[in-house]
Amino acid sequence: MTANLSALFYLISGILFILALRGLSSPETSRQGNYFGIAGMAISIIVTFLSVGTFGTGFIYVLIFLVIGGSIGAFIAFKIPMTAMPELVAGFHSLVGLAAVFVAISAFLKPDAFNLGTLGNIKLASLIEMSLGAAIGAITFSGSIIAFLKLRGIMSGSPITFKGQHIINLILGLSIIFLIYFLCVTQSSNIFWSIVIISFIVGILLIIPIGGADMPVVISMLNSYSGWAAAGIGFTLENTALIITGALVGSSGAILSYIMCRGMNRSFFNVILGGWGATEQSNNKESKEQKPVKNGNADDAAFLMKNASSVIIVPGYGMAVAQAQHALREMVDALKKNGVKVSYAIHPVAGRMPGHMNVLLAEANVPYDEVFELEEINNDFANCDVAYVIGANDVTNPVAKSDPQSPIYGMPVLDVEKSKSVLFVKRSLSPGYAGIDNDLFYRDNTLMLFADAKKMTEEIVKSL
Amino acid sequence: MEIDPFIFRLSIFILSIFIGYYVVWSVTPSLHTPLMSVTNAISSVIIVGAIIAALAGSTDNVFETSKIFGFLAIILAAVNIFGGFLVTQRMLQMYKKKKK
Repeated sequence: MTANLSALFYLISGILFILALRGLSSPETSRQGNYFGIAGMAISIIVTFLSVGTFGTGFIYVLIFLVIGGSIGAFIAFKIPMTAMPELVAGFHSLVGLAAVFVAISAFLKPDAFNLGTLGNIKLASLIEMSLGAAIGAITFSGSIIAFLKLRGIMSGSPITFKGQHIINLILGLSIIFLIYFLCVTQSSNIFWSIVIISFIVGILLIIPIGGADMPVVISMLNSYSGWAAAGIGFTLENTALIITGALVGSSGAILSYIMCRGMNRSFFNVILGGWGATEQSNNKESKEQKPVKNGNADDAAFLMKNASSVIIVPGYGMAVAQAQHALREMVDALKKNGVKVSYAIHPVAGRMPGHMNVLLAEANVPYDEVFELEEINNDFANCDVAYVIGANDVTNPVAKSDPQSPIYGMPVLDVEKSKSVLFVKRSLSPGYAGIDNDLFYRDNTLMLFADAKKMTEEIVKSL
Repeated sequence: MEIDPFIFRLSIFILSIFIGYYVVWSVTPSLHTPLMSVTNAISSVIIVGAIIAALAGSTDNVFETSKIFGFLAIILAAVNIFGGFLVTQRMLQMYKKKKK
């Protein structure tokens, strides 16, 4: 296959990938979009085989490795519970990152296979592209591993900070740039390896200071990095499909990070330079804990909701942890039988990744047209009888609207307190991730339900 | 004067960023998780580089260092391609409309 013909096919793949993302604009077209994506991938792989054109023993090995990797991937995809999606995505990002590093290493060791010159005499542009691809890939890999460990709970979700952290990161970042410069001058393989190793370290250092609840930003950011790494390799290989995909994924991740930061009213740098938890803890902890709260049980909650005409459910990360989505769905079914109108309100940063709550609700067979985003539903709280807050906390805190001193001031929050009564399912009165007391607990129209989210919801179902 | 092919690739790259920008803003927020898993799957098109790394060059030695890195990259990318597309498919199957 000639180079021009395969370039045209790679272009087609690129277009199919654009259509794959385009399909996600609505759930109806999304499945078709996914098929476009698969078709684009198949075309890319087949064209690559045809353009290399050797079908010897090497080809057999490639097929074997493809099948091994593919079966592992398929196995994971079918087995993974939906609550584990954030760590799965983080894990997948790390693989893309590492694959980019490996391809870059291979290109560096054997540039003639890629038409990039000869060992020790690689074209300048290619050298810059491959070292950038390797560096970003390495950062993506180690950063995603840390994110994975934090999400999986193997590593503590609390931020790890130490003195001079940002300065060390800055020095390491600059040293990567200097090393790339020296690599271009000397073509030394030692420098190439140093770039890769330092980038691995930067990836780790970049993610450890970021706390658990900021993970939506981290995952989106790593998503973006994996795209830029792919684009870097795409330039090295002069491959259009990779360049287009890299650009798409890179901008996609960047937009998601932006949306997540906006959801918390924080700047991107504020998030990646370290968590709230580390800086803003412990203001007026003591004084508030004396205040009385109204404590209720499942029967009270069932009574309130049964007699309501409309109920809004506000799910949060606690629902995911307790795996309460199915019980919740049962509760809503029972309420609907009683003629109660039920809808769901999702805050942009609820959960540990963008769209996390939506996937869990979809898994529990909640129709997506009952699920609303913050802007769509926020005005409805004023006309709603009961708000059922399950596993969410900071995203409902009215202090974000009233107290300019509060670290979450200005963050868009769900106006839960405007509904006639609020049911707050929570294990204790402890503050949320931001370390701020939630004023909502002490309001007259709030009934606290102290229990595990799933158990409480199941009990409510029984008494309905 | 001839234009360096790099400039063409750079043009494609920058235009694709713009396409990505507009396409991703039109993605409905409820599908942001499938968006991440599908972008993850398509970025594994990096497998083309891995295949070239594993196959190109002399055919007599299947296991030289550069090829081994190629093979490793093939496994990683294949996990991602199959895992990414299949898990996206599984998620998208779950999004249903209200039964009327």
